Amino acid sequence: MLITLFGVAVIVFFVIRVVPGNPIAMMLPPGAGEEDIARLKALYGFDKSLPEQFVIWVAGVLQGDFGTSISTRQPVLSLVLGRLPATIELAVMALVIAIVIGSVLALTGTRHRGTRTEGAIDVTNGMALSVPDFLWGLLLILLFGVLWPVFHISGRVSPALDLPFATNFYLFESVLRLRFDIWLDLVSHMFMPALALAIPLAAIIAQLLKQSLKETMHLDYVTLARTHGYGENRVITREALPNAILPTLTLVGVQFTFLIGGTVIIERLFSYEGLGNMAIDAVINRDLPLIQGIVILFALMFTLVNLIVDLTYALLNPRLRHG
Amino acid sequence: MTTLSKRSLLKLGAASISLAAVGLPAFAQNIDELVIANNVSLPSWDPTVGLSAVNPTLQGMYQSVFDLFIAQDTDLSQVPGIVTDWGWNDDKSQIFMTVREGVKWHDGTDLTPEDVVWSLETAADPDGGNPIQFIWSTVGNFQIDGQRITADVLRFEPTIFKWMSFLTGYVRPKAYIERVGAEGFEAAPIGSGPYMVEKYERNAFVRLKAFGDYWGPKPEFESVTIKFVTDAAARVAEVESGNAHVTLEMPYEEFDRLKAGKLEGVAHPVSDIAMIFFNDIEVMADPNVRKAAVMAVDKQAIVDRLLSGYGVPIDTLQTPEYAAYDASITTPYDPDGAKALLAKSGYGPDNPVKFKIQTTRGFKPKDYEIIQAIVGLWRRVGIEAEIEVYEVAKHYELRATDQLAPAAFYNWGNSIGDPTTSTGFAMFGPSPHSVWDGEDLAAMIGPLWGEADETKRIEGWKAVDRKIAEDALVLPLFQYVQPILHAPGVKVVPHTSGALLPALMTRG
Repeated sequence: MLITLFGVAVIVFFVIRVVPGNPIAMMLPPGAGEEDIARLKALYGFDKSLPEQFVIWVAGVLQGDFGTSISTRQPVLSLVLGRLPATIELAVMALVIAIVIGSVLALTGTRHRGTRTEGAIDVTNGMALSVPDFLWGLLLILLFGVLWPVFHISGRVSPALDLPFATNFYLFESVLRLRFDIWLDLVSHMFMPALALAIPLAAIIAQLLKQSLKETMHLDYVTLARTHGYGENRVITREALPNAILPTLTLVGVQFTFLIGGTVIIERLFSYEGLGNMAIDAVINRDLPLIQGIVILFALMFTLVNLIVDLTYALLNPRLRHG
Repeated sequence: MTTLSKRSLLKLGAASISLAAVGLPAFAQNIDELVIANNVSLPSWDPTVGLSAVNPTLQGMYQSVFDLFIAQDTDLSQVPGIVTDWGWNDDKSQIFMTVREGVKWHDGTDLTPEDVVWSLETAADPDGGNPIQFIWSTVGNFQIDGQRITADVLRFEPTIFKWMSFLTGYVRPKAYIERVGAEGFEAAPIGSGPYMVEKYERNAFVRLKAFGDYWGPKPEFESVTIKFVTDAAARVAEVESGNAHVTLEMPYEEFDRLKAGKLEGVAHPVSDIAMIFFNDIEVMADPNVRKAAVMAVDKQAIVDRLLSGYGVPIDTLQTPEYAAYDASITTPYDPDGAKALLAKSGYGPDNPVKFKIQTTRGFKPKDYEIIQAIVGLWRRVGIEAEIEVYEVAKHYELRATDQLAPAAFYNWGNSIGDPTTSTGFAMFGPSPHSVWDGEDLAAMIGPLWGEADETKRIEGWKAVDRKIAEDALVLPLFQYVQPILHAPGVKVVPHTSGALLPALMTRG
């Protein structure tokens, strides 16, 4: 994992410096001369060679200092850690919605296999997959933000609310503190972006789980369960589902990392104050230290999620556990 | 065991939606708290340091909290602000300023001439990080006598007072910043402007509260929330749904559509212009090619067809609001004349002259489409331009290193309307912002930087603009018009600088 992170660090550090467009050029006011350019470069440490800059940055990172953001003039680590909870809460909410919708569709499709209901579910899945998440976002804004304004269009929480929280996990902490007024406000802000992220993932889950269930339904032990007189609902949920869910679990893990990546566009669309929104600003402003910090954090999250998925899979699959 | 019926599921769904609706803000009936959906987010609160300090789109938020040294009216003219009286002595070896009495900082302490001097001195500090340090450092050795400040002119800069209404020209609280430090100021900024910062969430919103002791007219709205909604579609949805009362910078088609419905709109020319830089390389060294490229562009048609009429065609880098605007300088649309000029250089529709044109895509309204249209107009007369799309960050870097393509689209802002900050920096070869290296033009511009006679200075710049137009050294396109949508209960007064100022908004 450390090697992966170091590789990401090397790539991101050098690539963003090779790409045209640097923060000093963007900062130059009309009338700035060569001396002003040199002064600004020295001020932000860009007057040193690339290897020197890299060594200074890595040395700082190893001591927990990711540098200072050029655009906000705040420590990068506190900025990204401050925004991370918002993105995690959004991604988790999207994942929960996706699992619920996907599972319901898969179970319903399996229960009514060969009927029009299954056909309708397949068509719905196809539609959900063929439209990207940001278009779902726009559609949801039109539907539930403008035509039938029941949810908030932008932001994470209403500015008028006073937040008595100690952490930035607002949703989680609002439940712990029994502040359901704030919880409700948070949910009404998060629901549309989370749903936009969840729809394509729900379709993937539904497709894969339905396919797995169909295959499992033909296995001998399922037939045996039927001969014991179990009803179809019980056969599906109690007998077939535990085995059929394993491939879906792996997929969910992989897709969760993509889902975190997807938050970048969705957070921008909904002006949600997460890491993705901040990443876009950082790129626009060529805020190199902030870009580096965000990419490293994303890489860390991806590797951690993959690790958790592998461990969970091993836990749930006896063949791997004892193999 | 209880079972979940379809009916109870429906009930649950309806209840959830009703509950969600409870959390929504009151829509625009009786506006107690003004909500603005702003197109940019504010990254930092110090208006004198770093990237934010030179970002024109952030100045409206800064001006709500901080005062400029010299205030600026909506038509860009300078009016008394913190500094009520200003000027040079007779031989221009000193400047003087009178500081307004009775001004308070948001923490209730007095704003003093010491604050003004400290703000100017820190801005001039080479290690302080102020990007406009090269202007502020032209005066020094400040003396305070009561409310009057004098300072020595270290290098004569005719625009020094104009800069006092421009980027980084803000008065900051000396004692407070020395007490809380830069980080403390960032966390809890105070100024002397019409609004105080009540709450700020980076990337999300800022909540402002009217400052009761403000020296100027009291703002009508006691509370203002500025939400940072960077996506244009979401911004439009915010006002359409009633979640916000005011927004700006949306596609002109959307502006027209919504203005025709329940919302109201203001469209006002601002100090930003669209232009095409010519770099004196390759075929652009040929005056016939340049002149033809200018004559072949029908600016009015572009404004009418691509910008729904929201734009003012221009023929120099000055807009009518600028100090050196000269309506007699024109470069009329003349495709036949363009063909004749190209023919002189051996080019024509069958043997087109070829070069590259760079443009952003989506950075400004219809930027790419405008360049496509211009390339189409050029093709008719015998110019074949290849379009290269780049990010604006790349534009800055290429321009600073004089590596722009022969033609490059850009928008130039100049909210003080002085010719130095438009024609001057855009066309003076030694400037890192210019890609035109012609020595004759540089020789013409050179003496104007330090010209002490204001009338002579402005006339000099007009002569420079005439030469630029005659030699077709740049292609000015049009002045932008800023669309602002608002709820019927709000009256918005636009500012020519493009700053959206809540202090100018009233109930109406």
